[in-house]
Amino acid sequence: MKTLRIILKKEFRQIFRNSLLLKVIFVAPLLQLIVLPWAANYEIKNISLVVVDTDRSGFSRELVSKISASGYFVVKENTSSYEQAMAFVERDEADILLQIPTGFEKKMVRESHQKLLMVANAINGTKAIVGSAYLGSVIRDYNGKLRTEWLNGGGPAGGIEITSSNWFNPAMNYQVFMVPGILVMLVTMVGGMMSALNIVKEKEIGTIEQINVTPIRKYQFILGKLIPFWIIGMLVFSIGLLISRILYGIIPEGNLLLLYAFLAVYLIAVLGFGLLVSTYSETQQQAISIIFFFLMVFNLMSGLFTPIESMPEWAQWIARINPLTYFIDVMRMVVLKGSGLRDVWSHLAVIGGMAVFVNFWAVLNYRKTS
Amino acid sequence: MEREKVIYARNLEKRFGDFIAVNKISFEVESGEIFGFLGANGAGKTTAMRMLSGLSIPSSGEALVAGFDVYKFPEKIKQNIGYMSQKFSLYEDLTVRENIHFFSGIYGLSKQEIERRGKEMIEKLGLEKEADKLVRDLPLGWKQKLAFSVAILHEPKLVFLDEPTSGVDPVTRRQFWDLIYDASDKGITVFITTHYMDEAEYCDRISIMVDGVIEAMDSPFKLKQHFGVTSMDEVFQILARQAKRSDN
Repeated sequence: MKTLRIILKKEFRQIFRNSLLLKVIFVAPLLQLIVLPWAANYEIKNISLVVVDTDRSGFSRELVSKISASGYFVVKENTSSYEQAMAFVERDEADILLQIPTGFEKKMVRESHQKLLMVANAINGTKAIVGSAYLGSVIRDYNGKLRTEWLNGGGPAGGIEITSSNWFNPAMNYQVFMVPGILVMLVTMVGGMMSALNIVKEKEIGTIEQINVTPIRKYQFILGKLIPFWIIGMLVFSIGLLISRILYGIIPEGNLLLLYAFLAVYLIAVLGFGLLVSTYSETQQQAISIIFFFLMVFNLMSGLFTPIESMPEWAQWIARINPLTYFIDVMRMVVLKGSGLRDVWSHLAVIGGMAVFVNFWAVLNYRKTS
Repeated sequence: MEREKVIYARNLEKRFGDFIAVNKISFEVESGEIFGFLGANGAGKTTAMRMLSGLSIPSSGEALVAGFDVYKFPEKIKQNIGYMSQKFSLYEDLTVRENIHFFSGIYGLSKQEIERRGKEMIEKLGLEKEADKLVRDLPLGWKQKLAFSVAILHEPKLVFLDEPTSGVDPVTRRQFWDLIYDASDKGITVFITTHYMDEAEYCDRISIMVDGVIEAMDSPFKLKQHFGVTSMDEVFQILARQAKRSDN
């Protein structure tokens, strides 16, 4: 115990003396938390639209003005030449082309149905799909309005109208959805990277050899390395929670204690992973390359940005062995839905298992004697 | 009365795959001796030293260090030795005093002992003004003297020094050897590797390793006599010239 205390004292001194490291640990993640949620947004806005209106009727003008009033579209050009409009799409200056054919108004009045042509520039697939869907719904909306006006008192005949309400995130605010996940990502990066680099640094400058030739036990050295970053991880997370409250108005619905209990176990797993990487690397450069590779995969395959359900089967398996997946899920459950222990205990068990596994492996692989 | 054997090695061998780094070496070092462990680069000195200090497990052979078997009790050995590696081994981002406290603390010295010995050491090295400066800011010669003093602060039976004076100026080297003699007077056995032949002359006994084998071992005087030369440098030249895997 006394030895451990001496080691911890040294570690904290070194960490708090390194001002660059402190900035990387505390300032960088928080800046990211302030900036990233605004960019990590699925909502598509400013879709540029070219309209080919050869009808030039009251109806076509009304439709176009309704589209631009929706707030999602910027009507770039309203022309009567298809070729001219298509050139916009080809030059990548327009996302969607909408053609309103000649006789649109007449046909609508007489036959009450008409086909419109929509051409989406699918280079940016998300924008194309979401944009087409938005456009479709604006047109349907317009269509419905026309019908209601025509049918005398009957209302839309036999139509089933679907209304939806968004639970847990009533305003469909993407920040509310993203911030808890991004916070997990940041805590993971700080924990995984710092612990690995710290140990490898001692290898690189040779002080680990000096440690290995002293009576310091293996577990004392490892605990001495992990405990400071465990505490720092907790601190970063707490500051992050505070920022999401102040900046994004996110107040956890569920039990904070449960959140911290999960974090405590989660950090052990992440730090163990960092330790494992450090046992396989000789230089900080090697360690950072390995960590970077895994963090990229972890971040992108965690359900943070894209839903896991829409990944192919094999990718879902990767997501299932990714610790981030579980914590992001738990964060969203506890923070947004107010889930309790009963809802998250299986996640907790998985992360606990990972923590034991990865630390066991790392300790086995860490040698004082070669 | 025969003196206590601090190191006892019989047919000690270390292989890395097909490469035999240390080829069945046998030797003994007695308590209080200053034992020079010489050899060209790549001769196997550091590997042998790592085996004796419990950092590396031998492939075969036997060895007792400070009375403990290197296979069974490497951690007991570590409690009883000091070690100064080729790479600078103090924490550059800690102060002189913090390094002293850390390294003596992990050997289990009491608070009062740490204070007393630390103060004594700082005075002896004349580092009073630098005690609260980061080690990073000290000149190399001072760093090396400090590293050595820290390595023997827990008063081990034996200290391993791996090229402790490389890159250090002649005056500081001389001062460094004064520290070695002081340690030896206190009864600490010194096991040192060096490339400086004038330093070899300061040792009580020397072994010269060539290609993983100990080619010669005796006092500097007897070695010179045996090869019929006047300096250790010439002895070393004669032996090291046979080396096949030296990189010099």
